[in-house]
Amino acid sequence: MSSPEVTANQGATFGHVAGEGLDATHGVVLYLEDISVSFDGFQALSKLSLQIDIGELRCVIGPNGAGKTTMMDVITGKTRPDSGSAYFGQTIDLTRLSEAEIAHAGIGRKFQKPTIFEQHSVFENLELSMRADKRVRKTLFSVLSSSEKDSIAETLKQIRLNDSADRVAGLLSHGQKQWLEIGMLLMQQPKLLLLDEPVAGMSDEETERTGELFVSLAGRHSLVVVEHDMAFIEKIARKVTVLHEGGVLAEGPMAQVQNDPKVIEVYLGR
Amino acid sequence: MSPHFSRFYGPKGWAVLGFLSLVVFILFPVFSLLVPQDNPFHISQYWVTLLGKFMCYAIVAIAMDLIWGYTGILSLGHGLFFALGGYAMGMYLMRQIGREGQYQADLPDFMVFLDWKELPWQWWNSDQFWWAMLLVVLVPGLLALVFGFFAFRSRVKGVYFSIITQALTFAAMLLFFRNATGFGGNNGFTDFKYILGLPITTPGTRMILFTFTAAVLIGTLLLGRWIVTSKFGRVLTAIRDAETRVAFCGYNTVHYKLAIFTLSAVICGIAGALYVPQVGIINPSEMSPANSIEIAIWVAVGGRGTLAGAIVGAGAVSGAKSFFTQAFPEYWLYALGLIFILVTLFLPQGILGFFSRSKTR
Repeated sequence: MSSPEVTANQGATFGHVAGEGLDATHGVVLYLEDISVSFDGFQALSKLSLQIDIGELRCVIGPNGAGKTTMMDVITGKTRPDSGSAYFGQTIDLTRLSEAEIAHAGIGRKFQKPTIFEQHSVFENLELSMRADKRVRKTLFSVLSSSEKDSIAETLKQIRLNDSADRVAGLLSHGQKQWLEIGMLLMQQPKLLLLDEPVAGMSDEETERTGELFVSLAGRHSLVVVEHDMAFIEKIARKVTVLHEGGVLAEGPMAQVQNDPKVIEVYLGR
Repeated sequence: MSPHFSRFYGPKGWAVLGFLSLVVFILFPVFSLLVPQDNPFHISQYWVTLLGKFMCYAIVAIAMDLIWGYTGILSLGHGLFFALGGYAMGMYLMRQIGREGQYQADLPDFMVFLDWKELPWQWWNSDQFWWAMLLVVLVPGLLALVFGFFAFRSRVKGVYFSIITQALTFAAMLLFFRNATGFGGNNGFTDFKYILGLPITTPGTRMILFTFTAAVLIGTLLLGRWIVTSKFGRVLTAIRDAETRVAFCGYNTVHYKLAIFTLSAVICGIAGALYVPQVGIINPSEMSPANSIEIAIWVAVGGRGTLAGAIVGAGAVSGAKSFFTQAFPEYWLYALGLIFILVTLFLPQGILGFFSRSKTR
């Protein structure tokens, strides 16, 4: 594994402001174009096209089987599309990279069920997931620098766990565990965060705080939130994409989408 | 970057360690060598050898705790690494006998008995102490590295890993039982006379071996503390609790598991090399699957994931074994099974876990 700073196409940004290796010169972090995926004859995605801008917070909704999870799988390399192209920035072809390479390039994904290191403290959870040289010898001799401590402290504040830094993570509430996992993703400094039903099982208060967290993250990161909880979506959404039968049915501001007759027919109205 | 020794233990921990060092480095030599034999305070050879043996076991138990207690990999083949270190040392000790064996030949007695005319290739350079020390480290280390590479790369986990390590040590035992393998068959090596030219059975040499073993034990304990308090150690524990998550964080878990497995095997090899000159014999029964299981029981009894607990467990179980095999030899295995069941039922955190829990209450 090379050190995180060195990526193949770093020289190709020609002075534009861009993340390590990510060439987002056109202000777009993710392009999906005409993606089709089928499993044993079932068309999970059919000619799906989607663009996520730098710093955007995008909500994706859709009835069961609309292809939300398959879309996430394609982006993270878990599923290969039958046709179509998926680019991270201008240059990184997601359909050619492994899951680990995609994660390393800067796409973080949070699954529904939180998986954290239950026996470690909250602080150690963040320390372990921090972007760093992760080879054995470097890890054995690793000592936290003050800037690394600062970045952990900052993330702790973002996920509202700064009072619980030394608590064993297994003792956190369900909602706090979800936040911790988001914090662990943030420590890897992802350009794009994919969040699969992040507020499932949270209390109302926790849901609200999570909404605030996402809104505060937008701008620094690009976020794609897949969620069933319409009240939550309404609160945080700027731009909403409605998926239906493997394709985009409607896209736009929440109010516009809610009033779209097609959307009402397939999803909201019934 | 120097390890932060002061952080390994609190003041109490260091005090206990200091006290135990005093016992093994000062009290034992003084009361064993300087106090005359008829004095009631004299420590006899029997106790020196017994405690020296237990300390070798304790080193193995620490190695086991690193791989099982901290990384969650239950290796039931650690007896093999211990025995290989012992055999490497044993070869050197056999050569040290020189012409003082029963047949007064250049070759070790068992080779004369088998009518061999020259040393087989495995014995190359075996009269050199440095070579023996190299083998003590390299043979268990390389075996663990190669075996671990294939096992971990193929994602062999949990009980399957335990079973194939049992098979490994069993296969090695069968191999070493054969005379043709060149290591004395089922008799192994014994009748050692010298180590580095010193007569091996004198109280002075015994005490040197004893204090050296104590030093290695303390060194291993501190090395273990350094590892488990480092970020590397936290990655190991994270592998134990949620391995896929660790991989998602960007760590190559195969490398981590391989590193700790190999280190653990090397530590066992060193312990075996210290064990053989003190006990005076090494034979293939050290590789029997039951021996490796016993190592796991030491750690379970003492308390997994504590290091100090491994030492306590090795001492407690081996102590009980010494008592039982003298008092009621037929019942030792029943007693061992009973200890294991009782600990699993009532002391899931082991002896040390019980004490630290009752303290916090």
